[in-house]
Amino acid sequence: MIRSGTLILHVAARLLMPLQLLFSVFLLLRGHDEPGGGFIAGLVASGAFALYLFAFGPRATRQMLRVAPQDLIGLGLCLGVISALPAWWQGQPFLTAQWWTIPWIDFKFSTPLIFDIGVYLVVQGSVLIAVLALMEGDSEEVSHD
Amino acid sequence: MEPLMALAIGILYATAIYMMLRRSIVKLVIGLMLLSNAANLLIFASAGMRRGAPPLVPEGATAPLGLVADPLPQALVLTAIVIAFGVLSFAVVLIRRAYEIVKADDLDQMKDTDT
Amino acid sequence: MQFAVLGGFVLAAFAPLLHRWFGERTGWVLALLPGALLLWLLGQLPTVVAGETLVFEQAWVPGLEITLTFLLDGLSLLFALLISGIGVLVLIYASGYLKGHPDLVRFHVVILAFMMSMLGLVLADNLVSLFVFWELTSITSYLLIGFNHTDLEARKSALQGLFVTVGGGLALLAGLILLALAGDSWSLQELTGRGELLRGHDLYLPILLCLLAGAFTKSAQFPFHFWLPNAMAAPTPVSAYLHSATMVKAGVYLLARLSPALGGTPAWEAWLCLIGALTMLTGAFLALRHTNIKKLLAYSTVMALGTLTLLLGIGSEQAMVAFATFLLAHSLYKGALFMVAGILDHETGTKDIALMGGLRRVMPVTALCAAVAALSLGGVIPLFGFVAKELLFAAAWEGGWRDLLLPATLIAAILTLAAAAIVGIRPFFGERRELPRDPHEGPGTMLLGPVLLAGLSLLLGLWPGAAEGLVAATASSVGGAPVAASLYLWHGINGPLLLSLVSLALGLLLFRHWARWRAALRPLEPLIQRGPEALYFRLMDALVEVAEWQTRLLQNGYMRNYLVMMLLVLVGLTGVTLFARHELHLAVALDVQLHEALVVGLMVAGAVMACVLRARLAAVASVGVMGFCIALTFVLFSAPDLGITQLLVETLTVILLILVLFRLPRFARLSSPLERVRDLVVAAATGGLMTLLILQVVSIDPFSSISDYMVANSQPLGHGHNIVNVILVDFRALDTLGEMFVLALAAIGVFAMLRFHAGEYETRDRQARGEVVDD
Repeated sequence: MIRSGTLILHVAARLLMPLQLLFSVFLLLRGHDEPGGGFIAGLVASGAFALYLFAFGPRATRQMLRVAPQDLIGLGLCLGVISALPAWWQGQPFLTAQWWTIPWIDFKFSTPLIFDIGVYLVVQGSVLIAVLALMEGDSEEVSHD
Repeated sequence: MEPLMALAIGILYATAIYMMLRRSIVKLVIGLMLLSNAANLLIFASAGMRRGAPPLVPEGATAPLGLVADPLPQALVLTAIVIAFGVLSFAVVLIRRAYEIVKADDLDQMKDTDT
Repeated sequence: MQFAVLGGFVLAAFAPLLHRWFGERTGWVLALLPGALLLWLLGQLPTVVAGETLVFEQAWVPGLEITLTFLLDGLSLLFALLISGIGVLVLIYASGYLKGHPDLVRFHVVILAFMMSMLGLVLADNLVSLFVFWELTSITSYLLIGFNHTDLEARKSALQGLFVTVGGGLALLAGLILLALAGDSWSLQELTGRGELLRGHDLYLPILLCLLAGAFTKSAQFPFHFWLPNAMAAPTPVSAYLHSATMVKAGVYLLARLSPALGGTPAWEAWLCLIGALTMLTGAFLALRHTNIKKLLAYSTVMALGTLTLLLGIGSEQAMVAFATFLLAHSLYKGALFMVAGILDHETGTKDIALMGGLRRVMPVTALCAAVAALSLGGVIPLFGFVAKELLFAAAWEGGWRDLLLPATLIAAILTLAAAAIVGIRPFFGERRELPRDPHEGPGTMLLGPVLLAGLSLLLGLWPGAAEGLVAATASSVGGAPVAASLYLWHGINGPLLLSLVSLALGLLLFRHWARWRAALRPLEPLIQRGPEALYFRLMDALVEVAEWQTRLLQNGYMRNYLVMMLLVLVGLTGVTLFARHELHLAVALDVQLHEALVVGLMVAGAVMACVLRARLAAVASVGVMGFCIALTFVLFSAPDLGITQLLVETLTVILLILVLFRLPRFARLSSPLERVRDLVVAAATGGLMTLLILQVVSIDPFSSISDYMVANSQPLGHGHNIVNVILVDFRALDTLGEMFVLALAAIGVFAMLRFHAGEYETRDRQARGEVVDD
């Protein structure tokens, strides 16, 4: 149904995907101060992968991803849970935000950031699973018919 | 603005429910999409709508200048949008699988568990 | 302390990994944790005996006053010592008993989780955490009773135990909430100080009854006693641990813990004495009916639990001391006896005592342990059980309800002595008989437990002063005021001693005529058959029938019927409330700019077109139009984050639908005009209600919003300028975490369907190639 392999799409996907991914990381990191954040960044990143998927097909996308989408979800959930724990160690209630400033690059590292990265990964993984599942279902049937 | 929005949301709900009551499964999916959007708007509009005052704190300040839109419903709706997408993808894959097995577009033909 | 207990759960999760490293020795490795706990607890003994209460504070959900604070006073310490001490022995014992069992890993995981739940239960100070641990013990014990899950009987018994204890757990939850409301605190420590207030409260009786229902089901009190003997389907180490020393005592623990807060009233006394005495007699009578050694011991446990309840009911200082002593003594000898029963079963291949005999020559150590523990069970001098029994008689002698309780205690003591003689003498003396297996002495791992426990029974009997401190501390926390305890083996010749002698003589007589006694009880069989257990089964059948009936009625398989029913109820209830309870404030001030009206108009048009259009692609496109208009609305009304999210999701939705649309059927017109009209009416009613609801909500302001707090503190507390994001990842991060899990679940569902997909194609493939598919 969907023909992967037109030239323009190929070139566009190759050029745009890294940019989109970079942009998604940018959105993720600035999310605490300006519009953005884990959900939006995750959607942008999965949009990037979806573009690649359309251009090169599911098999190439899986190879490019290297990790399975379900592992992304698992990792994201783990990060979400892990970010809840440092507060406990400090004797504060579960999930209280902790902030550490890394002085030489003037970057504020915090548990909400870890949490947001978890969100980012879960969103990406979920979207990818669904899109890949539907694409692969199609290509399988095509090869059978 | 709210009365107009209320009317629009009411119509959205009505269309969603009408579609969900059809026997065709594709229409059910469309109804599901309409419903989630209507619900998101409902939460968003219930808190009151405000023009041009996003809930952002300006650089260097500790609190927003003047009144801003209510951030809490926005946070709720934001996750709801993404989750609605997750549910939609689940529903789409599910009905596709179901259609492949049952080969019927009619929900009434799917009512037995052993087909 | 919290870390030790919670770390135990983590250790349980890692038990399978440890199995890979240590193989058969894993039991020993796992035993290190309760062993370390035991040593630590012993180190705290002097402090607690001196009358101090150790408190380990830890917040959990401070907003709801839920803490994970642990409390170590005499009562908790006694229980914790028993749990960790017998826990060590049981882990080691099980590595012999279940040697080579394919599911040994599962056993270790569950028993460790159980051990930690039980420790949490006896240490918890907060009512909610107490309840959580309580339910955890129910669930883990369910898994342990049903350990041999291929056995129908085991599964049935496990489910029965679960139903009874969890059913009681529900009552307990209600009772605990009422208790917290009445006493205005969730902390046990504070509640025990508010006894006056609670006993005089209007809710006292409901609280008491709910809590008793929870405690009685857990501790197998009459009429819920039937699940405990059935739970003997579990492997013997489990029986030794859960059904004698720990879990079944949880109910008794709860009653003891709450006795300073709720005890001492006529209602408390009446319920506890009556049910306790009834349970005691039921257990003692039914024990002698059985020749299965585990059942016999189980009923004698029922008897012991009844005795403990009875002592709490009496509530005098004497009774408190007797309670603590009896609890300790019972755990020691019953643990030992169950382990002996396991050795017998393991070595002889049968659980039937009537088939055993003369085993003392082949199993001398086992025989010795059995004899010592049984003497303690029977309350024979010079064992610790005797000290406990003397105190029991003394408490019954001096407490209220004497005319009823003293004879009951005496009868129970006679019957128990007979049971003890059966267990301690019957298998080991007399002539050898044919057995399914050729018996020899059990392995060292299995003997360690009974030897130590029986040894302690003897040691504490000869030197009861050693336990005085612990007993006094326990009695003090049960009584709510300092109690002095002095334990002696020899009290001089007094009433209790005479009663002991009488019970000894009559009990031995009964033992001589055990077979005749069983024959004599046979006519009572129909009565026992119709006991509370029959009621339980009838209740279960009725439950299934009701479920079938309501399924036929409501779950008829037509989705639109469900929807219509739900919607009509929703519209009806909400509509009535809206019109009858509130005045309608309709804000009709229209303040709309042209471009806004256009966007909203396009949005509505998109939604309506999606319903009207006959082509799928066009319908999806118009839903897309609506989605983009919604995104615009978000942007126009100060929600940039929402606008971006909606836009992205709309794009991904289009991709998703394009992928799937052409594999789905075309729209079909399946309904008649009449049905369409009906659906239109339902849809219009719901939509109209929603409109009214919004108009109402925006014009009244029933609550002060919590958003102001978030707006004001986003930067100072959350260090973020985007308030929406701060709410998502900081203020309400727990919600977001939950939503992440929802998303993950949906994705896992998709993934599972995908896998199923692939498998089926494979099968079809093989069929196509002409291979035989075994389906």
